[in-house]
Amino acid sequence: MASPAKMKPNQESPANLELFYRQMVQIRAFETRCNTVYRTGKAGGYLHVYIGMEATAVGWLNSLKLGWDYVITAYRDHAQPMLMGSDPVKLMAEIMGRKDGYSQGKGGSMHLYDIEKGFFGGWGIVGGHTPLGAGLAFGSKYKGEDRVTLNFLGDGAANAGVFFETLNMAALWDLPCIFIIENNEFAMGTRLEYHAADTELAKRGIPFGIKSERLDGMDVLQVRQDAKRIIDWVRKNQKPYLVEIMNYRFSGHGAADNDRQLYRTKEEEEEAQLRDPIARMEKYLLKNNVMTEEKMEAIREEYEEWADDVLEKADASPHPDPSEVYDNVYSDMEPEKGH
Amino acid sequence: MPTTNLTYREAVRACIIEEMDADQNVFVMGEDIGRYQGTFRVTQGLFDKYGPKRIIDTPIVEPGFTGIAIGAAMTGLRPIVEMMTMSFSILALDQIINHAAKIHYMTGGQAKVPLVVRGPGGAANQLSAQHSHSMEGWYAHTPGLKVVAPATAEDAYGMLRTAIHDDNPVIFTENPGLYGVKSDIELGTGFSVPFGKCRVAREGKDVSLIAYSRMVSVCEKAAEELEANGISCEVIDVRSLLPLDTETIFASVAKTNRAVVVYEDWKSGSFGAEIAARIGEECFDDLDAPVGRVGGLNVPMPYSRVLELQCIPNENDVIAAVQKLG
Repeated sequence: MASPAKMKPNQESPANLELFYRQMVQIRAFETRCNTVYRTGKAGGYLHVYIGMEATAVGWLNSLKLGWDYVITAYRDHAQPMLMGSDPVKLMAEIMGRKDGYSQGKGGSMHLYDIEKGFFGGWGIVGGHTPLGAGLAFGSKYKGEDRVTLNFLGDGAANAGVFFETLNMAALWDLPCIFIIENNEFAMGTRLEYHAADTELAKRGIPFGIKSERLDGMDVLQVRQDAKRIIDWVRKNQKPYLVEIMNYRFSGHGAADNDRQLYRTKEEEEEAQLRDPIARMEKYLLKNNVMTEEKMEAIREEYEEWADDVLEKADASPHPDPSEVYDNVYSDMEPEKGH
Repeated sequence: MPTTNLTYREAVRACIIEEMDADQNVFVMGEDIGRYQGTFRVTQGLFDKYGPKRIIDTPIVEPGFTGIAIGAAMTGLRPIVEMMTMSFSILALDQIINHAAKIHYMTGGQAKVPLVVRGPGGAANQLSAQHSHSMEGWYAHTPGLKVVAPATAEDAYGMLRTAIHDDNPVIFTENPGLYGVKSDIELGTGFSVPFGKCRVAREGKDVSLIAYSRMVSVCEKAAEELEANGISCEVIDVRSLLPLDTETIFASVAKTNRAVVVYEDWKSGSFGAEIAARIGEECFDDLDAPVGRVGGLNVPMPYSRVLELQCIPNENDVIAAVQKLG
């Protein structure tokens, strides 16, 4: 296994530094509203927020060719489309099951898609989407395009049989797919050491000859550097890559998870908060005179208001009409109707 | 155009070749389909003709390669996945049912999955319990899939074209007992058979025998013997399970007032049971007798040829079911 890259002096422009900070704050504000929406009964089912993990998506997705490259992930899927330019109101409307959502209320929080922008979901079967992601890379390679596919999965999915099958074929067929295992230390309520015989998940790629690294996911600038380097390599070499990103979710597994102390202590959570990617970035911005505390506070307030506005607009969207239930079962016909 | 006399196997292959020549986005993947020429030789010669980019030998991992085909289909490619036998597709049920079938719906119509999953389904010759299963009922249960089971070489040729052109995932099941049956086929004309239309394989007036895939020829044999005894059978080849042409089935029952549904799948909980239920729901006033069913025995397929033949419905089982209607 390659050793993690050493932190290099930061090469980001002040504009990029502000952008990454804004995006992390924006995601957190959006996700906080999602929790509210769930608690107030305006979203049902299962809903999984990205709070604590923002640096991972921000670092990786800013390093893609947006509108060209492909992204697929599991059900913790709100942040990625936001970073790819999807309309946050349409995302929130989908999370609330409304007519103006990306899937007109057929998908919900776990199944967000913006195919036009290259975001392919949004999947609910742990590990089940990993071959689909390899298939996206297969498609672009078959057509002779130089797209890269980011295939996000969680540490729980890293045990799935179909994931191992996919790694084998990705290596066998040189698919330009980056498998990004977001190791937030818990597969739902089961801690890493209780679900994985070998907890160094980056090793999953090694038997298949896939270049594999374990990387930090809480420092957005480090994530960004790693992401750029790896995406460039995959685009150029048209081969797969595997990374294990060490991050942590501050919230429960899903919005319905009110029993975090069954699998982790308050002390552990408090310690993890010290790695908060947003607070860490704030320290960096202050120390390097990129931004003042006042400016950061203004940005945070800006996104609080923005998120309220998104929620209000999404909430104004009507529920789907019952007659729409049969739409899009097929592209060219209706299913049999009636109970 | 002159016709060519082709076996079912050759007809499937001929359609694949024509469609691969017409569209670069069509490719085939599966186990031993390339260098080994396919277990049932359906893909014979294709590897030499198209090479490894478009005729892809996969590892023996149905969930993984089916998932890759689904992802590829979402980018606009048109994969044809061969299952070495449909029994093996059980491993890929999560990919087919929980992913492929639901993608168009879950994305609100944003994504399409122009995927064909084809292969032999049903009993061959002593392949025993894990290689002989009929899977079409499991798939025809699933909204979002289309499911076809052609009984003749001509229909296999014409329906595979429809399947490849379809923007939705299609399950295309080929009973291994049919690979050698022949039809005269006009090649190169783009001939296709639409889904959702039954074929009236034989006209009759006393009883409707409703079947698909290899059981159509079993019903035809039974019909010949019954004709000699003065019973006129109409044989309906359902050929497309989903969508299902209930109109033709109900019209036939309205004409004959009797129906027997015949299928190789396990008798209980099968798609044949679904057809029988539909007739019961919609044709009650037309029926002079309860709807009859002839299905496979409710046992895992045994190895012994004697026991295997006992499990698969034959013309005598059909004749007995017709006679039981009175």
